[in-house]
Amino acid sequence: MKNERDSSKSLDGRPITLGELFMGFAQMGLYGFGGVATIARHIIVEKRRWMSEYEYASVLGMGQILPGGNIINMTIILGDRFQGPLGSIVALSGLMIMPTIILLALTTIYDAFAANPDVRAATVGAGAAAAGLIIGLGLKMGRNLKLRPIHLAFALATFICMAVLRLPFIGVVLVMTPLCIAATFWSRRNAG
Amino acid sequence: MLGDGPIVKLALAFGALSLVSVGGAPAMMPEIHRLAVVVNSWHTNAEFARDMALAQSAPGPNFMMISLVGWRVAGFPGLMAATLAAIIPSSIIAFIVGRLYTRFSQKEWFNVARSALPPIVLGLIVASGVVTAGAAVSGAIGFGIVIMSAAIVALTSRNPLVAIGAGALIGLIAGRLGFL
Repeated sequence: MKNERDSSKSLDGRPITLGELFMGFAQMGLYGFGGVATIARHIIVEKRRWMSEYEYASVLGMGQILPGGNIINMTIILGDRFQGPLGSIVALSGLMIMPTIILLALTTIYDAFAANPDVRAATVGAGAAAAGLIIGLGLKMGRNLKLRPIHLAFALATFICMAVLRLPFIGVVLVMTPLCIAATFWSRRNAG
Repeated sequence: MLGDGPIVKLALAFGALSLVSVGGAPAMMPEIHRLAVVVNSWHTNAEFARDMALAQSAPGPNFMMISLVGWRVAGFPGLMAATLAAIIPSSIIAFIVGRLYTRFSQKEWFNVARSALPPIVLGLIVASGVVTAGAAVSGAIGFGIVIMSAAIVALTSRNPLVAIGAGALIGLIAGRLGFL
């Protein structure tokens, strides 16, 4: 990592204009099926060369530990880094506007045919698949993370609290997160 | 529009959720379900599953399920209220933390937090899928589709639309054959 690099510019030292921010995030919104994370990396790092792989990973990592949508957080932070507060708003608008219009169009078309029994049956199947997508996303994440035993135990405990005991989301997050941070801290101390 | 109308309820519910929602939209699904189906009766279980499928079929952040809930409850004002309430509080935090980032990134506690959060998020997301499937899916065919779709996402890098499309097709055929 070169420390001298001005991280408010692209890797080639180009300033990233509001227009480019809007277009870049609009692309991510439009090509992002089942979430934007994968396509965002491709556009930001490879295609538009706004930042290095390492810089992107650390901004996304920050988006992930903050509350709120991970990609939304990343968008806010990048927009601000390149163009200040206005950049955040422009980037977020780019990300959301077209997908929202598409979603509303899709919903309106769907509603027009909702009474058709074939459409209704297909919707039941699509709804089940949508729930499956979330499980698959979690399993894929688990496979890529290669968790240590203590973290695996926390993942399992969180799962049990939510899916088996049906405890409230907010309480589970506010209790499990500090516990897991404390355990990580403790295990690092003992290992080091 | 003010008072305890649906717009205010949407804004308060999603605004509060925004501040604690680690793991983003996929992890939030049971809480959105609880708000929309259990607490406020905005949706039935079947309508919730339908809207989840619609939101997943459109491109864009997973987050848009929240926009769609707002749209269903109160049209365009509802959409704006739900979306902005869910975005603004967490975005203000992200904005501030983003500016302080260079100061944080060297600190040990920041890196500990960064490695301690993914396990919690993992537990939340898998539980989210299981809870939503439990609430919104019924019958052997439904659960078969859930497993198929989870496998497509977990084991391949196909576009998730493939899973939604396959689910819709199986549903259609099962419906025609009288199994649904």
